Parts: sequence; structure tokens; C-alpha cells
Amino acid sequence: MATEFHNLQELRRSASLATKVFIQRDYTEGTTCQFQTKFPAELDSRIERQLFEDTVKTLNNYYAEAEKIGGQSYLEGCLACVTAYIIFMCMETRYEKVLKKISRYIQEQNEKMYAPRGLLITDPIERGMRVIEISIFEDRGSSGSSSSSSSTSSSSGR
Amino acid sequence: MSAVKVSKKVLRKWEKLPGKNTFCCDGRVMMARQKGVFYLTLFLIVGTCALFFAFECPYLAVHLSPAIPVFAIVLFFFVMATLLRTSFSDPGVLPRALPDEATFIEMEIEAANGNVPAGQRPPPRIRNVQINNQIVKLKYCYTCKIFRPPRASHCGICDNCVERFDHHCPWVGNCVGKRNYRYFYLFTLSLSLLTIYIFTFNIVHVVLRSVDSGFVNTLKDTPGTVLEVVVCFFTLWSVVGLTGFHTYLVSLNQTTNEDIKGSWSGKNRVQNPYSHRNIMKNCCEVLCGPMHPSALDRRGELIELALAPVPIPASKNNKENPQTTKTTAPLIPNEHTPDDVKSSIAPETDGDVKEKLSPLENKPPSSEPPTPPPADPAETTAVLEEAF
Repeated sequence: MATEFHNLQELRRSASLATKVFIQRDYTEGTTCQFQTKFPAELDSRIERQLFEDTVKTLNNYYAEAEKIGGQSYLEGCLACVTAYIIFMCMETRYEKVLKKISRYIQEQNEKMYAPRGLLITDPIERGMRVIEISIFEDRGSSGSSSSSSSTSSSSGR
Repeated sequence: MSAVKVSKKVLRKWEKLPGKNTFCCDGRVMMARQKGVFYLTLFLIVGTCALFFAFECPYLAVHLSPAIPVFAIVLFFFVMATLLRTSFSDPGVLPRALPDEATFIEMEIEAANGNVPAGQRPPPRIRNVQINNQIVKLKYCYTCKIFRPPRASHCGICDNCVERFDHHCPWVGNCVGKRNYRYFYLFTLSLSLLTIYIFTFNIVHVVLRSVDSGFVNTLKDTPGTVLEVVVCFFTLWSVVGLTGFHTYLVSLNQTTNEDIKGSWSGKNRVQNPYSHRNIMKNCCEVLCGPMHPSALDRRGELIELALAPVPIPASKNNKENPQTTKTTAPLIPNEHTPDDVKSSIAPETDGDVKEKLSPLENKPPSSEPPTPPPADPAETTAVLEEAF
């Protein structure tokens, strides 16, 4: 398996999408946003289990921080209520701030850890917070990989 | 190489969203399709308050206190703000699964079901999840192609799955769900207060004026009073009752949907796993909890490039077979995308990519030579490209 990509740009240029893995939500704590840390079989040969779990746990911590019901959320809620929620037209909510942090974290993880291994994480907010979508890429130069459930037409001219 | 004129038309994502919502102000406002009852609500509130300010307030401000109209204005403002927030915001719609995700889920379901004997109906698509020692069943939505999260439900009127679905309210012209439930509750509460306030001061006004000029003359001087009293009387029973009902639901951390279905009615020792068993905590969570963001990026951009080819005088180009399906296929699959093209589409990401990752560019089919633009000048091909 020769899938070595040095950065995201190279991933874009020379890789083709092989398959996608979807990490589902973990509802055991209720409706708070948490994702399952179960390691999918498709990533077995691509990334170390510990790295993957660390990424998902960090994301879960971020979401827990965003949804924490405590002093700050009460203050925000009461202040907003008193101003008839007009304040949200000028102020960013705490959740939105954390989402930006998450976005930066995912970008950083993609650049440092996932793109070099031919993987790409999509921010859950773009999938309705339902799944973490991980795209698995194959090097364009290599012939159709056995693990690929590739939907791209393989050219006969290769 | 032939020259092409490219004109850019900026499309926003709301224009391509499935479901039966209507959008206004370039995607900033999101409502249900039927808005007639909402306009009636607006008319009743604004009309009654206008009558109150016109007929009662001048008299009461002079004879009682100027604070009366001031407080009425504050209340009216709060009612309108919460009503518009409830009506115009995203209730917590879950975006539908993209084809890849839908296929993935289907594969999981088939793997879980195993081999179904011929002639037998496959088992219902349900996932069991344990939340706080309760088994909660997650149902599969055939429209949205997802397993609904707990407490989510599909609204038939808006044709969307909504998180923490409460009910679809025609009076506000929108679903009431996770993101706008607190606005809805505050709207009913403030409207109850406003109705009681106007009703009370109508009575006070009539009494005070009758002492001076007599009952019949009072009604002749301020005909608006009668109308206001009638409207307030009927509104009181319905809105105050509704506020009371929702206060009960909030204190138990339940939704109207769950209450109607009897999900946590207590039979079979089934209890509400989301309740904190403490009224204050439940109220705080529902009313002062974190403000969840919208999962629908309504105002993200999809750039549509219209390629208008310049007619080429050389005759050889006319003989080439213009293949317009593969190279000009939209990058974001929609209901018009042919199935064979859908599969070659790269992952879709948010149009606003200043901070976010750019997706892969759409990979052209490897076996096709670069297709020249169609020689027919009347033919225009539209290519949807994601903004980078």
C-alpha cells in the first residue's frame, strides 16, 4: 500500500477517493453530542488506533464543553432573554465559539496526521452533527486497491 | 481553443435544500409553507395592541400612571421579538444524509438483518440505545435516510426531521424544536401576560370612565375596547392554558410529541431518561441551556458557472459528439444527478471555506478525452462548482 501524501495539497492533486467511513453518534449519555470511539475496521491499516481514539475523544471533550450547562450558559441565556434575544445579532454564542475551535482542531489534525496517511476528516457540523465522516484516499497512480469499494471508473488505459 | 463567456451567478445553499420550507431574505428567514395562520397571529397581536395604545393608553396615562403604556410597549416588544424568533429560525432541522452516508447505513442495516427468507418482510429498521438505564428505540427515517437521534421526529408538514421535535405550530408558521423551543415558550408566556395586562386595563379603563360618563357613553367613546375585550377573552383561555401546559412539560423535560404519544407515561416502568428529576434543573436546561447552532448552512455559497460557448466557424468541431453528461455534471448531487455520475462525486463541504478545508476537486472520468464545448451556440451547460 503506497499511499504517502505529504500534505493536503498533494492529497488533492494525486489522490482519488476510495471509500468513506462514518463514525456514528454515541447516545448513551443522552442527546448531548458525543461520538463513538470504536475503531472502524476500514482504518485498521491506515492509522494507529490510539491516534484515532485521541482525536475522537478530544472532539467529544470540545462538544461537552460547548454543551455544558453551568454558570456561563445560564448567564448567556438570561442575558439574551432580558434583551429579547436581540443580543445574538451582535454577539457570538459560546457554542459557536467552540465550533470554531473544533474547526481549527480538525484542520490541524488533517494537516498533521490524517492527510499524510491518506485520510480526511469532515467537520461533523457539515453532516448535521450526525457523523464524523472520514474519507479514505488511494494514490491515483496505484492500480485499484483491494480494499477500495471505489466508485470511480478505472480506466482501461492504465 | 474556443473562447467561452463565463457569467457567475451566486447560489446559496438554501435554494437547493430539500424539504417543504420557504426561505426569505436570502436564506436568513426559514418558515413553513403555509403562513396564513401566522399572518392572522400577527394581525391579532398588532391590531389589539394598536387599539389599546389608541384608546386606553391616553386616558390611563393621564388618570392613573404613564408607566402603564410604557410597560405595555415593553411587553409588546418582547412578544413580537420572541414570536419572530420562533417563526423565523431553524427549529433544529437535521440535514438529510448524503448518498455516501445513506449507502453506508443501508449496508449496516443489511449486515445486521442477515438473510431474510424470501417472501418475508424484512424486520423494521430500529436501533436500540441505552440512555440512563432506559432502552430508547431509534427509528429509521425513509425520507431523510438516517436513524433519527433520540427525541427527534419527522414533521410531515415541513418534510424534515427535527431534533427534540415538540410540535408543528401553525400559529407561528414553523416547527417547534430544539433550537426555538425556548423562544416559543417565552412567546406564549409573554403573550399570556400581555393579554392579561390588556384585559385588566380594559376593565379598569371602562370602570373609571363609566364613573364619569356612564357605561354606554364610555363604549361609544372608545369602541375599540369592546373588540379588545372579545379578542383578549378568547385568547386568554387558549394561550394561558397553553402556557400552563408547556410549563408542565418544561418542568418534566418532556416534549409535546412525547406527551401525546405517552412515551414516558410510566407504564411498564418506563421513565423519562432525559429528566434530571429536579424541576429547577429541568427548567434551567430547557430555557437557559446552550444555544445550539443550525446544522443547515442556509447562506453558504454554491457558485454556478454558466458556460456560453462562442460559435466556432471551423466545421470539424460540428462533427464531434458533444458529451454533456459527465464533464458537466454537478459536483453536488441533487435529484437531477444521474446515478452513474453521483458515485464519482467528491465529498461535499461547506461553501464558506475561509477557515475550513477545501474538498477535492471533482475528479474527471479518466477514460474520457477533454470534451470540446458543444458547437451549438444555443446550448448552455451549467456546472456547479464548490467555492474554494
